[in-house]
Amino acid sequence: MLVLRSVSKTYPGAERPALAGVSLDLAAGRTLALTGESGSGKSTLLHLAAGLDAPDAGEIEVDGRRVDGASDAARAALRRDAIGLVFQQFNLIPSLDVGANLAFQARLAGRFDPGWQSELTARLGLAGLERRYPEALSGGQQQRVAIGRALAGRPRLILADEPTGNLDEPTGDAVLALFLDLVRATGAALLLVTHSERLAGLLDARVHLRAGRLG
Amino acid sequence: MRAAVVLGALVSHWRRHPVELATLLVGLALATALWAGVQALNAEARESYARAAALLGADRLARVEALGGGRFPVGDYVALRRAGWPVSPVLEGDLPVGPAGLRVIGVEPLTLPAEADGYGVAPGGERVAAFLSPPHLGLVAAETLPGLAGVAGLPPLAAVGGLPPLAAVGGLPPDTLVVDIARAERLLGVEGELTRLTLPAEAAGRALPAGLAGRLTIVRPEAADDLARLTDSFHLNLTAFGLLSFLVGLLIVYGAIGLAFEQRKPMLRTLRACGVSARLMSLLLLGELMALALVGGAVGVAGGYALAAALLPDVAASLRGLYGARLPGTLGLDPAWWAAGLGMSLGGALAAGAASLWRAARLPALAVAQPQAWLAGRRRTIRAQAALGAVVALAALAAFGIEGGLAGGLALLGGVVLAPALVAPALVAAALALAARRARGALAQWVWADMRQQTGPLALALMALLIALAVNVGVGTMVGSFRETFLGWLDRRLAAEAYVTARDPAEAEAVARWLDGRPEVVARLPILRVGARVAGWPVEIYGAADHATYRDGWPLLASAPGAWDRVAAGEGVLVSEQFGRRGGLGLGDALDVPTPAGPWRLEVVGIYADYGNPEGQVMVGGAALAARWPGLETRRFALRLDPAAAAGLAADLRAAFGFGPEAAIDQAALKAASTRVFERTFAVTVALNALTLAVAGVALLTSLLTLSGLRLAQLAPVWAVGLTRRRLAALETAKTVGLAALTAVAALPLGLAVAWTLTAVVNVEAFGWRLPVLMFPRQWAAMFGLALVTAFAAALWPALRLARIAPADLMRSFSNER
Amino acid sequence: MSVRVLAALLVLLVMPALGRAQGYAGLGAEAGEGFAAVTRPADLRFPRDHGPHPEFRIEWWYLTAALTGEDGAAYGVQWTLFRVAARPGPEEAGWASGQIWIGHAAVTSAARHAHATRYARGGVGQAGARAAPFAAWIDDWALESRAGPGADGMAAVRVTASGPDFGFALEGAATGPLVRHGEAGFSLKAAAGQASYYYSQPFLRLAGTVSLGGEAVAVTGTGWIDREWSSQQMSPDQQGWDWFSLHLDDGRRLMAYRLRERVGPSHAFGTWIEADGTARALGAGEIVMEPTAWAEVAGRRLPVGWRLEAPGIGLAVDTAAVNAQSWMGGDFPYWEGPIRVTGSHPGRGYLELVGY
Repeated sequence: MLVLRSVSKTYPGAERPALAGVSLDLAAGRTLALTGESGSGKSTLLHLAAGLDAPDAGEIEVDGRRVDGASDAARAALRRDAIGLVFQQFNLIPSLDVGANLAFQARLAGRFDPGWQSELTARLGLAGLERRYPEALSGGQQQRVAIGRALAGRPRLILADEPTGNLDEPTGDAVLALFLDLVRATGAALLLVTHSERLAGLLDARVHLRAGRLG
Repeated sequence: MRAAVVLGALVSHWRRHPVELATLLVGLALATALWAGVQALNAEARESYARAAALLGADRLARVEALGGGRFPVGDYVALRRAGWPVSPVLEGDLPVGPAGLRVIGVEPLTLPAEADGYGVAPGGERVAAFLSPPHLGLVAAETLPGLAGVAGLPPLAAVGGLPPLAAVGGLPPDTLVVDIARAERLLGVEGELTRLTLPAEAAGRALPAGLAGRLTIVRPEAADDLARLTDSFHLNLTAFGLLSFLVGLLIVYGAIGLAFEQRKPMLRTLRACGVSARLMSLLLLGELMALALVGGAVGVAGGYALAAALLPDVAASLRGLYGARLPGTLGLDPAWWAAGLGMSLGGALAAGAASLWRAARLPALAVAQPQAWLAGRRRTIRAQAALGAVVALAALAAFGIEGGLAGGLALLGGVVLAPALVAPALVAAALALAARRARGALAQWVWADMRQQTGPLALALMALLIALAVNVGVGTMVGSFRETFLGWLDRRLAAEAYVTARDPAEAEAVARWLDGRPEVVARLPILRVGARVAGWPVEIYGAADHATYRDGWPLLASAPGAWDRVAAGEGVLVSEQFGRRGGLGLGDALDVPTPAGPWRLEVVGIYADYGNPEGQVMVGGAALAARWPGLETRRFALRLDPAAAAGLAADLRAAFGFGPEAAIDQAALKAASTRVFERTFAVTVALNALTLAVAGVALLTSLLTLSGLRLAQLAPVWAVGLTRRRLAALETAKTVGLAALTAVAALPLGLAVAWTLTAVVNVEAFGWRLPVLMFPRQWAAMFGLALVTAFAAALWPALRLARIAPADLMRSFSNER
Repeated sequence: MSVRVLAALLVLLVMPALGRAQGYAGLGAEAGEGFAAVTRPADLRFPRDHGPHPEFRIEWWYLTAALTGEDGAAYGVQWTLFRVAARPGPEEAGWASGQIWIGHAAVTSAARHAHATRYARGGVGQAGARAAPFAAWIDDWALESRAGPGADGMAAVRVTASGPDFGFALEGAATGPLVRHGEAGFSLKAAAGQASYYYSQPFLRLAGTVSLGGEAVAVTGTGWIDREWSSQQMSPDQQGWDWFSLHLDDGRRLMAYRLRERVGPSHAFGTWIEADGTARALGAGEIVMEPTAWAEVAGRRLPVGWRLEAPGIGLAVDTAAVNAQSWMGGDFPYWEGPIRVTGSHPGRGYLELVGY
C-alpha cells in the first residue's frame, strides 16, 4: 500500500538530511507505528508519503501509484482519493461546521456515503454537534472530527501525525482507541507517527527512526 | 533605558511584518493626502477670494454702479465729485491674453481712498509717480508676472500699445492688472466710460443726486461680497469629498492597527510578564502610533500637495467658468496647512487606533494571542456595525430634518453613504450563509462558507469599496443626469440660431440695419438685459421679445395659464428656478422688480430652468421693460435663420463690425462653449471620484496582503486534503472578485440613493436647481467591471504569493510550533 | 506762493528718481525743460490770464482772507488751487491729461486750525480753471466770479470749500484793481533768472460764513487773491520762503517775501500798493524782515512773529500770529495763517512759512 525505497530529503539550509535512504513497506490493511525522537524525521517521512512535499531521492508509491515525481495536481488528487490525513494540529476548516468538515474530503473525492457518514458521526460521539463550528469544540472533539474527515472517504491509506499529541492522556487514549477501531473497520492501512512507545505497542508493527535512518 | 528596550521589542514586529507596516503607512498617507489636497485647493481658492474681495478695499468700500450694470460716462463721476462725493473712478475689463485672460483694473491714484491703496500709488506713496506718468507702471501679483512675459508682444496687446512696465506686489488676485485709468482705457479700448466708483462705506447711506439716481446705484460693501457666497457650495462639495476619502483611508489604518495589535498580543503579554507596566506599554504604543502617523502624514501631506497642484488647473477652470473667480495657477505653501495635514493624520491615527490602545492598556498579563479568534471576532463586529449603521441612518435623517440646508443635505448624504456601508457586511454575510447552505458539492460549500468567513476581516476594505462604488455611481449618475438635462435644456434655451452683442446703442442700430439687409435673417429679436439686486442678491432682468421663439421653446418648469400673454402685457414675470427657490417664490406670488421709476409689481406666472447660473434671473416682456426703464439700451439680438447659415452670418458680422468671437456667435459655437464649461466644472469631481475608488482598491489590496499570512492556516487543511496551490490561489482570487461583485451589486441601489440625494437635496441647496435622475445602465456596467478589475488587481498579488508558496510554509500550520 | 509745497509735489509726482530726501534741491537745475519760459517783458492780459497756462509747469489760484466774526474774534480763511504739469508736451484729453490739480483749504481761529487737501487729475473736468467767466474749482470747492458783465472777473467773487471739520462760503467785491508785481507782472525770484508771472487782486471785501468744529459764524473782512505761474520757480540754493500779505487799515496793501538762501544773505522783496492800486516794487535792501518770536509747531521751530521795516515808505510794523499753530500738516506741510499787524501801519494779513 505504501512503499518507500531509499528515500532521502534534506531541507534547504539544514546541516544534515531529515531522511537518509529510508525504505519501508506497509501492506494493505496493516498498521505501522513510526517512532523516534523529536527531529528524527518522522513528520518529514509522513509529509513525503502524503505527497505534501517531494523527496530529493528515492521512490515513493501509494496504492501502486508513484508519488515522487508526480505533478502537484496528481499528488493533490492522490491525497484526495487515496489518503486520509490526521495531524496533531486538528486542522479543521474553520469556516465549515462539523458536518461539513466531516464530509468535506469524501465529497471532494466524490465518495460521500451518507450511511457511513452517520455511522462515523455516531461512533465518533459527534451526534448533535454537526451544526457547530470547530472553534466551539473541545480539543478531543476537534480531533475526532479530523479523524472522521480522514475516514469519511474510506481511503486505502491513513497517515496520522501525533493525532493525540495535543490531548491529555485519558482523552488521547480514548480517541486513539476509537481511531484504531475505525481504521480496522475500513480495512485501511495506517502509518502512525508517534513518540510514545506505549501507543506504538497498540499497532501491528513498529519502526524506529533515528537521525533520518530506520534503525 | 527600559523604555528603549521595550520599544525595541515593539518595533521589531514591524521589521518582521513589512507589509503590514506599509499598509499602515499607506493608509495614513492616503487618508491625509486626499484630505490635505482638497484642503489645499480650498485654502488657495479662499485666499484668492479674500484677495479679490479686498482688492482696492472692495471689502470695506461701498461702490457706485450703473443701475443696469455695464459702464457709465465719466461725466457722472465728475458730477458726483463736484457735488462733494468722495468717489474714485474704476474702469474694469478683460484683456484676452494669457491662458486665463487678464483682468484689467484701471484706477485713478489721486482720488484713490486710503482703504483701496495697498500698493503705494496714492499721493505720498512710493509708486505714485511711476504709476501716474506714462508709460504707467502696472501692478500684478508675483505669480502672474512670469505668464505675462510671454504674451507681452502678442497681437491683441500690440494693438493697444503692449503691456505697461510691470511690478509685482502682494495682495493682488492672480491674472489681475492694476494700472492707471488712462492706461486702462487704452488697453481696453474704452474712452470716457467707467465701470464703477469706490465710495467710503460711511457715505453709502447718502441719496444720490436726482439727476443720477435713475442711472446709478450704491452697493454696500457687504452686498458686494458675492464670490465667497457663490463658491461656498462648490467648496463644501470638495470638502465632503476630501472627508470621504479621509474616512476610506482611515478604514485601512483601523484594520492595520487592529491586526497588528492581535499579532503582537503574545509579545505584549510577555512584556507585561517581564514587568513592563501597562502604563509604560500604552505610552510606548501611543508614541509608536504617533511616530507612524507623523511619517505617514508627512508623506500624505506631500502627496496632497502634489494632488492639489495637479488638480488646481481644473479647479481654477471650474471656478472661472462657473463664477468668474480667479485662482492662481500655482499653489502656495502655507505652513499652517502642513500643520493641519499632519494634525489630521495624527488625529486620524488616534481615532483608528483608540480601540487597540485601550485594549492594550487593559491587557491582562495572561492573555492569549489568537489571531484566528480575532478573525472570528471581526464576524461579531459585523453585527455591531450593522446596528451602528442603523444609528447613523437615524442621525443623518435627524440632522437633515433639524438642520436642513446644504449642511443638512450633506449630513443626509453622509448617512446615505455610511449607514448602508455599515450594514452591508452583515447582509453580504447572510447572503453567503444562505448560498453555503444551498451549495452542492463540498468545494462549493467551502468556498461560500469561506467567503462568508472572510467578510469579517475584509469588511473594512469592502466597506471602503462599497462607499467608493456607491459614490461613483451616485456622482456618475448625477453628472450624467445633469449633462443630459443640461444639453437638452441648452437646445431649447438657445433657440435662436445666432446671437450678436453690439458695443453701444449706436453700433446696435448699425447692426440692426445691417441685419435687416440680410435676407436669410427670418427674425431679429432684441434682448434687453439689466442687472439689479433683489434682497442683496444679484439678479438679471431679462427683457424678451414677444415671439414664438420664447413661447414655444423656452424651457418652463411650471407655468400659469396664458403665462406668455401676461409677460408680454407687462403683468407677469417668469423667474429662474434658483431665484424662485431662494426667494421662496411660487406661481401667483407677487414680485417687485426694481426699476429707475420705482418698484414694478409683477405676478410670477412661470418658473424656468436656468442651470449653471449662479445669479438669479427674471424674465419680463421686453417692450414693457423698455417702457419702465428709460434709456435702457438694446445691444443684443437673437437671430432666427436657417441653422445652416448661422455660422456664416456670425462670421460676416464679426468681419463687418470687428466683433470678437463672443460678440457674434452662432448657436453651435455657443453650445460647444457652454458644454466645455460644463465639462471643466465636473472634471474635479470626476477626478476625486476616481481617486476615492483607487483608495478603496488599495484598501482591498492591503487587507488581502495582511490577511494572507493568517489565511494560510485556513487554506492548509484544504490543500492537505487534496487541492493544489494554484487551484487554491485561483479560488482565492475568485472569492475576492466575487465579494467585490456582491459589493458592487449592493453599491448600485446605494449609488442611486446617493444620486437622488445629490440631485434632489444637495444640488438644490447648493445651486438652487433640481435635476431629474436619469439611469445609465452602461455606466453601471462599466462601474461593475471596474469593481471586478479593482478586486482582481488587489487579489492578484496575494494569490500569486499563495500559488508559489513553499509547502513547508503551509505544513507549518500542521505542527505544534504555534 | 507756496513754492516749497510745489517743489515737494513736483519731486513727488514727476521726479521719483530723485526722491524726497533730496528735496527740491535738484529741481531748480532740471526744471523747466520742455515747458514755456517766463520772459521779460510780461504781457498780462485779462480775462485771458485768469485762466490756466498749461504750457507752464506750475500755477496757482490762491485766496487768503483775514476775517472778523460776529463774535468779534479773528478768523483766517485759505483757499488754494495748484496746477502742476506732470510732464511737458501738448495737453491730452481725458484721463491721459498730464495736469494735476491740488486743492488746499483751511479755516483758522485763535484756538483752532482745520485744513483739507484735494487731488484731481485734469482732462475730465473734476478740477480746473476758466478765464471767463472766471472760475477755479476742484470737486465741490470753487472760487468763481460774481462780477457783472464788462467788469473784471475777479471784481466780485464767491469762494467755497469744506473739509471734515470746517467749511466756508464767502462772497464779496473788490474795492480796487488788479495789481501786477515786479516788472509789470514779471517777478524775478533768483539771480540765475528764475522768475514767475505774478499778479494779485488784494482789495476784496468779503462776507459770509465760516464753520469750524461744527460751529458756524458770520464773518466779514478783507481778502487777497494771488495768481502766479512759472516753469522754473526757484534756484537750487534756496531752501525756503517767508511770505506776507498785509491788509492795512489805511487801505494800503503790502506783499513782501524773502527767499532763504542756503549760503549768504537772504534778501526780501515786495510790492507796496496804494489804496487806488498804484504799485511800487520794493527791491533788495528796500525792505528788511526779521523774526521776533518763535514757536514750536509740529516738532519744528518756526518764526511766527516778525518785524518788517521799509524806511523808504516809512513802514515799521510788527506781526503776530492769530494762531501760532496754523500748520498745514498735509502730504506737503507748511505754515499758513492770519496775522495781526501793529506799528506804523496797523492792520491784518496772512503769513506763509515754508521749508522749515
